[in-house]
Amino acid sequence: MTSEQATVAAASRRSRRLPPEVNILLVLIGIALVFEILGWIFAGQSFLMNTQRLRIIILQVSVIGIIAVGVTQVIITGGVDLSSGSVVGMTAMIAASFAQSSTWARPVYPGLTDLPFIIPIAIGLGIGLLAGIINGWLIAQTKIPPFIATLGMMVSARGIAKWYTKGSPISGLTDQFNFIGTSIWPVVVFLLVALIFHIALRYTRYGKFTYAIGANMQAARVSGINIERHLIKVYAVAGLLAGLAGIVTAARAQTAQSGMGVTYELDAIAAAVIGGTSLTGGIGRITGTVIGAIILGVMISGFTFLRVDAYYQEIIKGIIIVAAVVIDVYRQKKRKV
Amino acid sequence: MTLSPSTMAAVRASGAVPQAEYLLNVENIRKEFPGVLALDDVQFRLKRGTVHALMGENGAGKSTLMKILAGIYIPDQGEVYLKGLPIRLKSPLDALENGIAMIHQELNLMPFMTVAENIWIRREPKNALGFVDHGKMYDMTAALFQRLNIKLDPESQVRDLSVANRQMVEIAKAVSYESDVLIMDEPTSALTEREVEHLFAIIRDLRSQGIGIVYITHKMNELFEIADEFSVFRDGRYIGTHASTDVTRDDIIKMMVGREITQMFPKETVPIGDVVLSVKDLSLKSVFRDVSFDVRAGEILGIAGLVGSGRSNVAETIFGVTPATTGTVAINGKEVKVTTPNQAISLGMAFLTEDRKDTGCLLILDILENMQIAVLQDRFTKFGFVQEKQITDACEKMSQTLRVKTPNLEEKIENLSGGNQQKVLIGRWLLTNPKILILDEPTRGIDVGAKAEIHRLVTQLARQGVAVIMISSEMPEVLGMSDRVMVMHEGRVTGFLDRAEATQVKVMELASK
Repeated sequence: MTSEQATVAAASRRSRRLPPEVNILLVLIGIALVFEILGWIFAGQSFLMNTQRLRIIILQVSVIGIIAVGVTQVIITGGVDLSSGSVVGMTAMIAASFAQSSTWARPVYPGLTDLPFIIPIAIGLGIGLLAGIINGWLIAQTKIPPFIATLGMMVSARGIAKWYTKGSPISGLTDQFNFIGTSIWPVVVFLLVALIFHIALRYTRYGKFTYAIGANMQAARVSGINIERHLIKVYAVAGLLAGLAGIVTAARAQTAQSGMGVTYELDAIAAAVIGGTSLTGGIGRITGTVIGAIILGVMISGFTFLRVDAYYQEIIKGIIIVAAVVIDVYRQKKRKV
Repeated sequence: MTLSPSTMAAVRASGAVPQAEYLLNVENIRKEFPGVLALDDVQFRLKRGTVHALMGENGAGKSTLMKILAGIYIPDQGEVYLKGLPIRLKSPLDALENGIAMIHQELNLMPFMTVAENIWIRREPKNALGFVDHGKMYDMTAALFQRLNIKLDPESQVRDLSVANRQMVEIAKAVSYESDVLIMDEPTSALTEREVEHLFAIIRDLRSQGIGIVYITHKMNELFEIADEFSVFRDGRYIGTHASTDVTRDDIIKMMVGREITQMFPKETVPIGDVVLSVKDLSLKSVFRDVSFDVRAGEILGIAGLVGSGRSNVAETIFGVTPATTGTVAINGKEVKVTTPNQAISLGMAFLTEDRKDTGCLLILDILENMQIAVLQDRFTKFGFVQEKQITDACEKMSQTLRVKTPNLEEKIENLSGGNQQKVLIGRWLLTNPKILILDEPTRGIDVGAKAEIHRLVTQLARQGVAVIMISSEMPEVLGMSDRVMVMHEGRVTGFLDRAEATQVKVMELASK
């Protein structure tokens, strides 16, 4: 075999390889099966054969999942978004203040009660979008690291959430508004968002440019991509989705509190990373992130099911996040050799 | 001699070393990098108390040899003798401890530490408690500076120093190791005339103390001023060593370029059209200035010059990567303002950058993704959606035309050879149908076959009326392919040569003016 034939053979072998999501899916199935077995051993019942439990898992995953879809895109560009949890809190508060019913004793804006549900949603999305645009603008124009820009937004957005009502929660939301938090609507929203951005990343110019920037920003610039404009877009999308998550969170709880969404940004980053998104940029898929989010949800549910102490749950979650990044680093290294 | 390294170290330490005539003696050194034979059976000798210049074009092998002497590279074959005894240097630290110090072009000092701390790093004098004795360190530094006639405060922070003064610190640091051999890589490239004088005074002083200095330079006048001997390298081979008093400038240039131009360049005379790109008084603050030239349709304008002469910067500025501070660019007679690559592309320009890895390839992505990225800006999209079928067909066709060796376009570009990567990047630009094509080192680091194919392609493009600018360090390439050669030196255009009059000697003269 000549060397050329050899490379051809090697390459066709490579192209027949399964998409990376399959590995992550196998991990998910493996984890679920482990809980299933442990369930029979320690709790004497099935983990998976329980529709109530499965429903709770996907509902829990939805909010984190919506955020993670945005964060995945940010990480693909080589950045990070730490602000999404705080933006959830901020948008939950602001959206809820425009969604109050007139039957509630003391609304935030007494003159603005019983508004059609579309208004608080539009305002919430607008606030999230604005936060994202500010993040993107800071990163693109001032060249400060995404870590710092979004850290600033994380602190400030949380501050706004608290300042908005001086800390008191906002309740008495209209049924119309609460509707999107009921039943499995949050899951529908999540899957719709995932589908839209899966298509956007794979089949649109927006997606191609996002990967190109993450793979090599200098080369992308020389190839004519307006890096600044594109980064603002990507962070704006992440902000918009965090805003959406804030609306869903408030609707689910039928109330808004300034502490909503604390550490959600970390769960979202974890979901993306577990799903195969590389923190060095250029690699990542929405399908992987969706599975990554479900893995997190299954683990939390599984530990609760096994009555593992909440403290241990957090410890184990931390270890799994680090392990996912270690695997990523290892994969990168292997690729370079 | 086949003594073990530890025995050698013991012999050296005992001081029972014969006074060898040569401080350094390098024999039959061979060093190969993937795809490039950097040094082929090279020799080099450095006498005690002399300044020995290394001369040669870019890529001649000087830097590789020097890095072997400094312990950065390990040779594949050959012997290095230090004061007559064979030695294998395993690391820069190893070299330093054996008395060979190198002063790099890009200075390696820690900006937020003081001069004294930088010099004595890893060897700080300690007091009885094991803490660094700053007073003693200050005195040691002051003494060292006095010996070298350097007027600097040992307590000042390195980041506050000028480039020249940082260089002085580097030299002092090298001397502080009691080095016998000092390697200087183009030390004057960032110095003013007065600073150069001071540097030369220090070098002469060191020479009189018996230190041997390896001095790499592109500047002919420096060679006559400071060097006792010089060695010439060309294409990784050793050409010869002479005393600098024995030769003329022309002799040296001949030694440096003395190879025949082979007929591997399929240059065709094609009809030359109107001026497409016209550059007037283009300047980029403190990088290059007053660059003016025209390129016509079908013409290949070669840009020659040494590394650091500003060639690539001019290309980057025209393409909007680093917008010009002053000057104008006109396309087809109409003045244009280009401040981003995006604008340049929509004006019909394309720019194959010098560094494939840093500014070319999207290494972790596949061939298709690499090839389509520039053209997606203007074509092959509908409502933001990529027309997958059309773009894939176009890329498929392009990769066949360019003969990219790959089984499919889903192959990651990092798995391709340098030549094939370069073809993919050229394909990226050809898909945009450029009217002006700027090529920066289009064939660097790629094998001969791919090289010839790229040359053929460039000729073809010129025939189709594309205005081509080709920057290259490879003299035969510039001379073989260009209709006209523009030569640059230290950020200025030093001359234009027509195809008929361009010779290696003339280009070298202009490039080292």
